[in-house]
Amino acid sequence: MKLTINGEKLEATEGQTILEVAQENGIDIPNLCYSPELKPEGACRMCVVDIEGVADPVTACTTEVSAGMVVETETPSLKKMRKVLVELMLANHDVECLTCDKAGDCKLQDYAYRYSVKKVRFEGEKTEFKGIKDDNPFFIRDNRKCILCYKCVNLCKQVQGEASINLENRGFDTRVTTAFDLPLEEINCQFCGLCVNECPTGALMEKSALRKARNWELKKGSTICPYCGVGCELELNIDENDQIVKVTTNSDNVNRGQTCVKGKFGLDFVNSEERLTKPLIKEEGRFREASWEEALDKVADNFGRIRDEFGGDATAALSSAKCTNEENYLMQKFMRAVMGTNSVDHCARL
Amino acid sequence: MAGLAKSFGSGAMTNSIDEIEGADAIFVTGSNTTEAHPVIAYRVKKAKQNGSKLIVADPRKIDLVKYADLWLQQKPGTDIALLNGLMHVIIRDDLLDKKYIQKRTENFEAVEDIMEKYDPEHVAEITGVPAEDIVKAAHMYGEAERASILYAMGITQHTSGTDNVLSIACLAMLTGNVGKENAGVNPLRGQNNVQGACDLGALPNVYPGYQAVDDEEVNKKFSEAWGVELSDEVGLTVTEIFDGIEEDEVKALYVMGENPVLSDPDSNHIREALEQVEFLVVQDIFMSDTAEYADVVLPAASFAEKDGTFTNSERKVQKLDQVIEPIGESKSDWEILMELANRLGHDWDYSSASEIMDEIARVSPIYGGISYERIEEEGLQWPCPDYDHPGTKYLHKGEFSRGLGQFNPAEYIPPAEKPDEDYPYVLTTGRRLFHFHTRTMSGNSPGLEEQYSEELMEISLADAQRMEIEDGDRVLVSSRRGEVESKVTVTDRVPEGLVFMSFHFAESAANVLTNPALDPVAKIPEYKVCAVNIEKS
Repeated sequence: MKLTINGEKLEATEGQTILEVAQENGIDIPNLCYSPELKPEGACRMCVVDIEGVADPVTACTTEVSAGMVVETETPSLKKMRKVLVELMLANHDVECLTCDKAGDCKLQDYAYRYSVKKVRFEGEKTEFKGIKDDNPFFIRDNRKCILCYKCVNLCKQVQGEASINLENRGFDTRVTTAFDLPLEEINCQFCGLCVNECPTGALMEKSALRKARNWELKKGSTICPYCGVGCELELNIDENDQIVKVTTNSDNVNRGQTCVKGKFGLDFVNSEERLTKPLIKEEGRFREASWEEALDKVADNFGRIRDEFGGDATAALSSAKCTNEENYLMQKFMRAVMGTNSVDHCARL
Repeated sequence: MAGLAKSFGSGAMTNSIDEIEGADAIFVTGSNTTEAHPVIAYRVKKAKQNGSKLIVADPRKIDLVKYADLWLQQKPGTDIALLNGLMHVIIRDDLLDKKYIQKRTENFEAVEDIMEKYDPEHVAEITGVPAEDIVKAAHMYGEAERASILYAMGITQHTSGTDNVLSIACLAMLTGNVGKENAGVNPLRGQNNVQGACDLGALPNVYPGYQAVDDEEVNKKFSEAWGVELSDEVGLTVTEIFDGIEEDEVKALYVMGENPVLSDPDSNHIREALEQVEFLVVQDIFMSDTAEYADVVLPAASFAEKDGTFTNSERKVQKLDQVIEPIGESKSDWEILMELANRLGHDWDYSSASEIMDEIARVSPIYGGISYERIEEEGLQWPCPDYDHPGTKYLHKGEFSRGLGQFNPAEYIPPAEKPDEDYPYVLTTGRRLFHFHTRTMSGNSPGLEEQYSEELMEISLADAQRMEIEDGDRVLVSSRRGEVESKVTVTDRVPEGLVFMSFHFAESAANVLTNPALDPVAKIPEYKVCAVNIEKS
């Protein structure tokens, strides 16, 4: 079917929402609670749009398109509405952007900028929270920055399936927490990080990144997770000392922006003090450090000698399901073309 | 993999990971998906929300059981009996896809012959799964328009592993569930690049792209490409290599990024071999239990410190970028290999990983269309034979890789080792959520270590009460190969008579206990069943 958004004639299929069609066509409608992985929640109201012939604005994430629909997404009245929405969220938010580790990567901050929220006009009572929850090694929970978009709750329930967190109380006292407010380590939390990946504010943040660097100072590099065979694409966020500060992900990949505990929180082994940093040669039962020259000479001498004396089949190699394709290729080529044996295998069977 | 290659002509996941969500029925067997492949488990859970039926077959009450419509709690090592039982019912109740069988497959007669005696009552006796559940499962799977099977090491790590896979392939073909979107046979690969290591010929019988080393044409092709004479004799597998060392036939061993002391069965035997081998070089990112035995240890760069590609479980070749400089003096494995080759009289001259991929594309047809330029943004799924090919989302569309799909039904054979008076319990092994393989990586991640820092062997309440064991007690677990100590957790995840250990921890190394008895074809050890005794220590 055809419809019009901001004067642009677009093609859509039945059942799609206005937000989906807009995103497909590169039209940016603000949103805080939306995720393509979730059933539409309509909690944050930021995606309000005008439809011709409809009196009141509707939320784009919950409204399905219909043929001939004419939609406007950024009229002066919609902008004003969004500005008020951001102001209301900020009125019950710990606005500490100057030192917040989320700054620079915070959707709430982005929308405050976009709609010129300079000052919160609705000063008043704030929900009382007993500070930051620090009950696990991976992330902190800071309810003072939660805007109740429910994204974390919905991801935990609809994608992870565990429903470890939920809403407690109603109205002004509503908050996201665990059953009986128990620490995450004592309940069924899998520490997959889905909630942390998608939190639009600083309410959920990786512990490893706190007080390390501003988001814009971090270098991002794309990689593939080294753990299981799913092949999740991840972004390593690196500080100026080449330390992995946190792991994030975007949605355009096999994992669709999702992670498990190992990929999200288990890559810090890269910077471990225990890494091997120098070649080692064993002498009289003990290792000593050696130069690359010496170590490689020793390996080459021994493999060459054994090959020449006993034939290539007296040598063998275990290649690795952890190494790259290129390295596996070279290892089997090394054994076959250089050593003259097909005895190369790896732990596929184990 | 040998099983799927024989049945279909290609040993890999038939479908893409995203396709799981579109299946009408999912049969998960021998895969603890939520712990070993959590992101794939998200797809299974989503499928369930979309209305798909979920059948889980596992001796343990794994987490996925919570989401299942049907849980078949089979005895360990009875997979073929269970699969045959399902096929018996599918044939009996006429849930077959006759047109598909006739048009796309061969050797169906063999299935009819073998399945006849596997009636649900007989299968219930072998597997412990109630006959009515076998019938229900057969209908759930057989009546689905698109049914997908997910399996992992719980199927392959048995002496009957290849036959298990052949039987899975039979079940899928019987109902016409291979070669279409969302439906298929999907082995979940346990390591990030186990698919790639196989694809690129880190196997003793094939060159890159599964081209047999004993095929004359292939040998000629690679001899020409590499400019050397090549051996046409199939080499040794991992387990055979260690036997070869013991017999003094293998004198030099190169271990790159592996830790066989913990990952291989019968660890004590591996340690003896490593002690004995004349020259051992180990290349890794950390000092490992295996590296302790080395004559030379070479420091390797980690995944974050190099360019390269990994091939995931769905055959997708994906690029990783160098994000940081190599730690210390460590070097990429490919650079180390090149320096060694050149010291041994060769003239390798690769200036980048991308150049190596170009050579791979020239010699292995399934990677023929892969280049760094093409996969910069998004990976490509093999087969991808040329630079214009878009890659392959699911395999065997219209025709199997080998032409006709081949039914190779199997008879049930009990596991190599059964519990007896001396070793009355069955031990099965696997992974845990917070750790990976031998913990070379996860053990060096403080957060993961904090979550799970020592082995907790799972034991049933009935067994624990009889031995007067409580949560957290230490026990001595012994088998015919050796003994280890472990703490226990008393849980309903395992039934009476069965205990479960992961193989992550050197202190409670499950593989000291496991049985090195091999599947005769795939040479995979029987990690999933061995007989043990347990005493309070």
